[in-house]
Amino acid sequence: MLLRGLRLLLLAAPWPTLAAEPQVREFRLDNGLKLLVQEDHRAPAVVSQVWYKVGAGNEHGGLTGLSHMLEHMMFKGTRKHPPGEFSRIIAANGGRENAFTGQDYTAYFQTLEKSRLPVSFELEADRMRNLKLIEAEFVKEHQVVLEERRLRTDDQPRARMQEHFEAVAFTDSPYRNPVVGWPDDVAGLTLDDLKQWYTRWYAPNNATLVVVGDVDPAEVFKLAKKFFGPLKPSVLPPIKPQGEVEQLGLRRLTVKVPAKLPNLLMGYKTPSLKTAPNETEAYALEVAAGILDGGNSARFSSRLVRGQQIAATAGAGYDLYTRRSNLFTLEGTPVQGKSLPELESALLEEIRRLRDEPVPVEELQRVKAQVLASHVYQLDSMFYQAMQLGTAETVGLDWKKIQEYVEQVNAVTAEQVRAAARKYLVDDHLTIAYLEPLPLPEGAPAPAEIANGGGHVR
Amino acid sequence: MFVDASKTTPRSIRLALCLLLFSAAAAAVPEIQHWTTPRGGRVYFVPTEGLPLVDIRLVFDAGSARDGEKFGLANLTSGMLDTGAGDWDADAIARRLENVGALLGTGAGRDSAYLTLRSLTHPDKLATALETAGMVLAHPRFDAKDFNREQNRALLAIKQLGEDPGEIAEIAFMKSLYADHPYAHPTEGLQETVEKLTREDLVDFHKRAYTVRNGIIVIVGQVQRADAERMAERLLADLPDGEALPALPEPAPRAGTETVGTKFPSEQTHVYAGLLGMKINDPDYFPLYVGNHILGGSGLVSRIMEEVREKRGYAYNAYSYFVPMRVTGPFEIGLQTKNAQTGEALRVAIETVQDFIDRGPTDKELDAAKNNIMGGFVLRLDSNQKLTAEVASIAFFDRPLDYLNTFTRKVQAVTREDVMRAFKARVDTGKLLTILVGGGAT
Repeated sequence: MLLRGLRLLLLAAPWPTLAAEPQVREFRLDNGLKLLVQEDHRAPAVVSQVWYKVGAGNEHGGLTGLSHMLEHMMFKGTRKHPPGEFSRIIAANGGRENAFTGQDYTAYFQTLEKSRLPVSFELEADRMRNLKLIEAEFVKEHQVVLEERRLRTDDQPRARMQEHFEAVAFTDSPYRNPVVGWPDDVAGLTLDDLKQWYTRWYAPNNATLVVVGDVDPAEVFKLAKKFFGPLKPSVLPPIKPQGEVEQLGLRRLTVKVPAKLPNLLMGYKTPSLKTAPNETEAYALEVAAGILDGGNSARFSSRLVRGQQIAATAGAGYDLYTRRSNLFTLEGTPVQGKSLPELESALLEEIRRLRDEPVPVEELQRVKAQVLASHVYQLDSMFYQAMQLGTAETVGLDWKKIQEYVEQVNAVTAEQVRAAARKYLVDDHLTIAYLEPLPLPEGAPAPAEIANGGGHVR
Repeated sequence: MFVDASKTTPRSIRLALCLLLFSAAAAAVPEIQHWTTPRGGRVYFVPTEGLPLVDIRLVFDAGSARDGEKFGLANLTSGMLDTGAGDWDADAIARRLENVGALLGTGAGRDSAYLTLRSLTHPDKLATALETAGMVLAHPRFDAKDFNREQNRALLAIKQLGEDPGEIAEIAFMKSLYADHPYAHPTEGLQETVEKLTREDLVDFHKRAYTVRNGIIVIVGQVQRADAERMAERLLADLPDGEALPALPEPAPRAGTETVGTKFPSEQTHVYAGLLGMKINDPDYFPLYVGNHILGGSGLVSRIMEEVREKRGYAYNAYSYFVPMRVTGPFEIGLQTKNAQTGEALRVAIETVQDFIDRGPTDKELDAAKNNIMGGFVLRLDSNQKLTAEVASIAFFDRPLDYLNTFTRKVQAVTREDVMRAFKARVDTGKLLTILVGGGAT
């Protein structure tokens, strides 16, 4: 039986296709701290994020994982607040908080009821300049970070594959190193390393403060001046170029780890919005990723998962907002009975089509319709809005690029997609990794009845 | 389609105006409008302003607890809804939705299966999205070729769970804790049960569980009440009336303590320890919730995190939580640590729990927890999406409609004695089931 329905009769109301582009106000303190404020008055809440322009991408020889380790120590006490108090104060104020480190940034955030914003500013300003790196705290947190690495990388077959893949794909770009750091490097970090890193990079003139929520921008600026204003700027070291030499031919690697399923990971060297000789190329690559993997109607799902039934999963990824040139990646798991080389051929065939055939108008329009809608959906998350602004600013783009996104994607033509594919999605700039599973135990538990009154288990 | 709004019986429940002093947080609580359609469809609506979008969530009592012997049935049924419906195949469905930028999702857990639709409110776009979602909901095809493909993909997904020590531990924990109860098996099912599923099983399950009276519908967004009424009618139009499925049995508590270890070639050993905890609408919900917030539910500032991570550096993540479910869900203590340290880390975690049961929280801890929960209450409702999820949980689990309005007051009312009494009654460390998976398992 079919629904006979046509259009619902909706009550008359204005139906804007797009939400009004949110207003972002930009301020700069005398000490160089940049402040971005976006108003969102739907709920009495506020997100506050401090972004530092330092990350794994600034690290070098033997010191990988340093930015991430320092991120952990930022919760371990200042001259004013003892270890752990930062988190306790935020919690007592109803807040949620955490931090994250990437190749291009280290960022700290709190989400709070709007009247509590000064609590966040006071604490963040304090730890921007007054961190007290304590040896006893470092010894413990060092172990925590090693456990984090075991949990998220060492015991995760795909994460290990990813780590080896990036180390092969990049020659001299710092993106070859994992954000968490190589095991020996992490184990070898010292408190002195952290002190130097903190002194070098944690300063108001190397940070962006992003606030999104039910706030008045002028009031936020006043508050920022009060708490962050007194902080002294630093003389920042120039960032070394650390580009990536041209890749001179296809690279392959195999990662053999205990796992149940094989996996394929491929990456082409591509520019980001920041490094593209022409920004249109970056937006064209963004659209190309959407053509391949932008939803269930996109080519990977339609052709590889359903049509040819060669992939159990298949994905494509491209990140516009990175400081350095990065990768356009393809990823997949073959269905039972199909091999990694067969899946590789199928993915390469899809890339060939992008290079050789213009994308039909209907497909292009569908990608754009999704971009337009998802832009509205993203406005539903204050946290996401703050993330976008902070990322763009920190990787060296103007935050205004975020607001240009929809328009720029909308302007991309089929010919531009083909041209970008021809220029960048080429075999000589490709790296291909196979995850070949080593056998795992079947996972049948060996029941052991132990009386563990106090929980003693050997 | 024209929908006659007069057929509905709107009983907008205006939440009683409360004269107590609310914090700023409570003042932000939105009003949930509720009505029942003539065919028994329960609708929950919250109008919002600011963004031209609408979130719709239908939740059915069609989770894996309804699998019977066919473990994985609910999950595969849910996963196949959008792979073919009416005259449309998977590509046609996806294109219809994506042409208008709509997002459709389906999924299943133990207690429920859901279908979510997020759309712009632009009338043409919304109409296309609703028409497509209605078809997917009521007329899935479960074609043989789609079935074979999705069954194979489900089998691979199950296989992949076996490479993650955390997943293996979680599955083993639920299996041992719930024995023959419908919560015991993983939602994904098992290799041997999913292999045996047929498309007829799915057709039959869909007919039984995806019915008007076996679910609820939540609409949150920038639409008018009359629009919401039509949207609900439209989505439910082709579903059979059906009946609410019979209540699930209560799980039987296990006797005594047990430790089950599984060797696994990982750097860390994953530890789960626990027992039966509480259900949704449990009389002790608030004392247990607030108490566990202090014990192991508040991240870095919880006692377990303080003892295991902050003081000793034993783990990146350590916690305890109650999982309130339709019938009694588990209480779990969890951590992951390097293999050689497993016994010591587990000892510290269990001793922390025991100390909490024996001596309860301090007044200062209790105040801090209440401040965190009440002060952060607005953050649970600060987006359309979060609001939709909260309302869906209230609606599906028959929580009182004023749940959000009374939430902070109930948290405020919890005393130290309430917490101690509730924990003593529920958590006996002498009866823990402990699961270890990793190189440190014996």
